[in-house]
This record gives sequence, structure tokens and C-alpha cells, in this order.
Amino acid sequence: MTEAEVDERIRGLIEPFNKKGVDIAEATTFANDLEFDSLTVMDFVAEIEDEFDIIISMNQQAEIETYGLLVSAVHKLQDT
Amino acid sequence: MTENAPIVDAPEDIGARDLFSKFDPIIQTRETLLASGVEDPFNLVMEKVLSPTRAICNGRDTILLGTYNYMGMTFDPDVLDAGKQALHDYGSGTTGSRVLNGTYQGHRECEQALKEFYGMDHAMVFSTGYQANLGIIATIAGKGDYVVLDIDSHASIYDGCAMGKAEIVPFRHNDIEAMEKRLRRIPEGAGKLVILEGVYSMLGDVAPLKEMVAIAKKYGAMVLVDEAHSMGFIGENGRGVAEEQGVMDDVDFIIGTFSKSVGTVGGFCVSNHPKFDILRLVCRPYVFTASLPPSVVATAATSIRKLMHGSNKRAHLWENSKRLHAGLTEMGFELGTKKPQSAIVAVIMPDLEHGAGMWEALLKEGLYVNLARPPATPANMTLLRCSLCAEHSVEEVETILQMFERAGKSVGIIS
Repeated sequence: MTEAEVDERIRGLIEPFNKKGVDIAEATTFANDLEFDSLTVMDFVAEIEDEFDIIISMNQQAEIETYGLLVSAVHKLQDT
Repeated sequence: MTENAPIVDAPEDIGARDLFSKFDPIIQTRETLLASGVEDPFNLVMEKVLSPTRAICNGRDTILLGTYNYMGMTFDPDVLDAGKQALHDYGSGTTGSRVLNGTYQGHRECEQALKEFYGMDHAMVFSTGYQANLGIIATIAGKGDYVVLDIDSHASIYDGCAMGKAEIVPFRHNDIEAMEKRLRRIPEGAGKLVILEGVYSMLGDVAPLKEMVAIAKKYGAMVLVDEAHSMGFIGENGRGVAEEQGVMDDVDFIIGTFSKSVGTVGGFCVSNHPKFDILRLVCRPYVFTASLPPSVVATAATSIRKLMHGSNKRAHLWENSKRLHAGLTEMGFELGTKKPQSAIVAVIMPDLEHGAGMWEALLKEGLYVNLARPPATPANMTLLRCSLCAEHSVEEVETILQMFERAGKSVGIIS
């Protein structure tokens, strides 16, 4: 899957979690811009993990602060 | 300072940042809560303790319903005698690590009592339950290993994972399918540890250990179960949820504490792993701290041996839990579980403000419960956590229910 395809799929997954309809860009942050709390993060991460059949450990999650970082991390993980 | 000391700018001159500024939001929340005039829920003082179920708290005679003293061993005459004797014979403290001068006869006897209680080959006693989880998890799951755990796991479990630098993979609370999916995705050849709790302390619900342990074994993972809130009470011999659900033989490590049913302080791990004892040399929270005082291990050992024969007390505790759960449900309170599953009954509050108000109203009635709030609670809930004791009498439980009814109506939680 190309990075653009990963991006498209994640955009679909994030929609129900984007309650305030924030415009999603590479630099959009989950904690501040999207105001995800820990429960939302867990549910959102679980959706992505199921969609791509990958594991994003909490250690990796801590490094993924923005939407752009998430797309490239998932792209990398689903290749391995 | 001498005259020759170098001249240093005052901190404000170089733009020093107060490291405490990260606590400002929580300081603000606390000040707002206290400004409402409510008694501070996190600053209670017990001036006198009368029994496992009664104390003078903030000047009032109070029934204790939030102490995790499930089996009421804290004032057991045999337990107290053992402690006094050890204090007399061995002194007030060991002043040393278990691996140096801190292993006394009492520590050995305490570990022997644990081995017999659980029917396991090895037992290791730590200075607290927190350190037992921290030490065992951090030592056995290292960098590159995977820890699959329930998202609602205790702070000591998360801290153990962080200390060991293992990959932390949480799954939704008590969700068997979510657990299996994560195990299936772990790269081949990686070390795997599944961590579960018998009873989850916030809502008092029990894990489906039978199914979860079987799945963990299917994927070749080692299994650690924290039975802190079930020891002495759940299972035919009080060994916990793993015993009750018939999976003791498939659990690699059981972690427990002396600060609940046992009635003192300390933590432990029991296991049948043939190499278990090497942990005594490589587990840092075991090595780099002083061992428990002789009086503590003596009270613990005596209490553990008495708990082996505690089936009457267990039966009474179950009756208490069922009665409290049924009574509160009838009154219209929302509880953490539909049916009583443990000695914990969690009452769900609409928000922190109502929770603190209800907590204070109960305290004024003469009842102590735990106020639990985010981030310690799941799903950002505010809870009034009640933990029952085998020493609560039938009459006391009725009194407790009446107190809940009056307080609930005055605060507007029930109608």
C-alpha cells in the first residue's frame, strides 16, 4: 500500500473521532488540535490496528504526536 | 558562601522555569473543589482505629467501608501476638536488603506460608505490592519483549512495563477477542507476557481468566495475574480468581499484596518456574531497598496461615457484598457491576462535584468510602468505591444502606 492509500484509509477512520470537524493536515496534533483523551486514543488506535492488521504499541504511540507522523508510521508498519 | 564563591545570577534573571508548573491544572481543579466548601477527600486523618470496621475519622465515629481490609485481619489476636513477639525478638527493622543482611528467619517463614497457601514451588516477598509488580514485570519483560495487558491495569503494572522498556500493547478492558488479535500480531520469536488482574479494583469486576489464560497459552505467552483484590476471599482456598476459574496450573506468576486481606504491608510473587529464584539477584526493586520489618513478616505469615482456614469468614463476606449490592441497586444507585462479583461495590457518580458532595455527606453520616476520580478510574468516571469486610456485621451493613439512602437523597443522586 502506498503512503497516499494509507492516508486515505486513515482519513476515513478518523472521521467519527473528529467530533469538532477539525481540518486534518500533516501537522494536526491529536492531543491539542483534536483533543483526544486517553480513551479516544485507545479506540482510535484499535481501529487502525484492526484495519491494517498491525500493532502500534504504547511506546510507539508516545512518539506519534501528529497526523502526518501517524500516516508514515502506519505505512512503515504495514510493510514489515 | 565564601567571599571567593563565583557570582551567580538569581534564577529569575536567567529565565529559570518552575518545574512545578506542569501541576498547575491539577492544583486548579483541587482549589476549585475545596473552594466549594467540601471536606478534603484526599486529606482524611484517622485519629483512632477501633477495629477493622470502625475508626475516629476527622473527629467522628465512622464505619470503615473503603479500606480493602477484606478479611478483617488487622486486629486478629494471633496476628497481633506474632507481631509483638517478633518486635521483641528481632527488633524494629532489618536495616538491609534481602540479599545482604535483610533476610531474617521471619522472611523465610513468610515465604514458606505463601508457598503453602498457593501450592506453588517458589515465593518471593517484596517490601510493597507496588514493588512486587514493578520488580517482577520490569525484570522479566525487557526491551524487545511484548507485554499484552488490560487497559485498566493498575499503575504499578504500567510502571513495571515502562521500567523494563518492553513494548506495551493494551487491549480493551476484559475484551477476549481484542486480546487475541494483539497476541496474533506480535512478531514471531518475540518474548510475550500477558498481564491480567483477577479483580479490577475500580469497578470490582472479575476477569474472564479461563478464556484469556487459554488464549495466552495458545500463543505461547507467559501469564502473570495480579490477585491483590481476591486473595483470601475468592476461590475455594482463597487463592483468587485463577483458582475459582480453574486455571492455577496455567498461570506462570501470581502477584499479591499483604496490604489487603492479609492486613499489613508488603507484596509477593509466587511461581512454579524452575529458574524463579534467580530473580532475587537481578530484580532491582527487590535488591535495592530494605526488607520488611520482622514484625510485619511475622504478622503476614500468621495471617496467611489463618486465611487458609477462613471459609466461614469468606461466606459471610459474600453475604455482605450481596446485601450491599442489592440494597444500593434497589435505592436506584448506579453500580459498577450488574451483579456482585467481589468484595468491591463501586457506586458511579454523575461527576466529581456530586461525587465529592456525596462523599462528604456520607462522612458526616459516619461512613468512610473511597472517592476515586480520573485518571485513576476507567472511562473518566467518578466513583464511590466501597470495600466490604468479613467483620462488618449484618446490622452494620443495614446501617450503611440507611446512610447511603439519606446522603443520596440530600445530595440529589437518588430520588
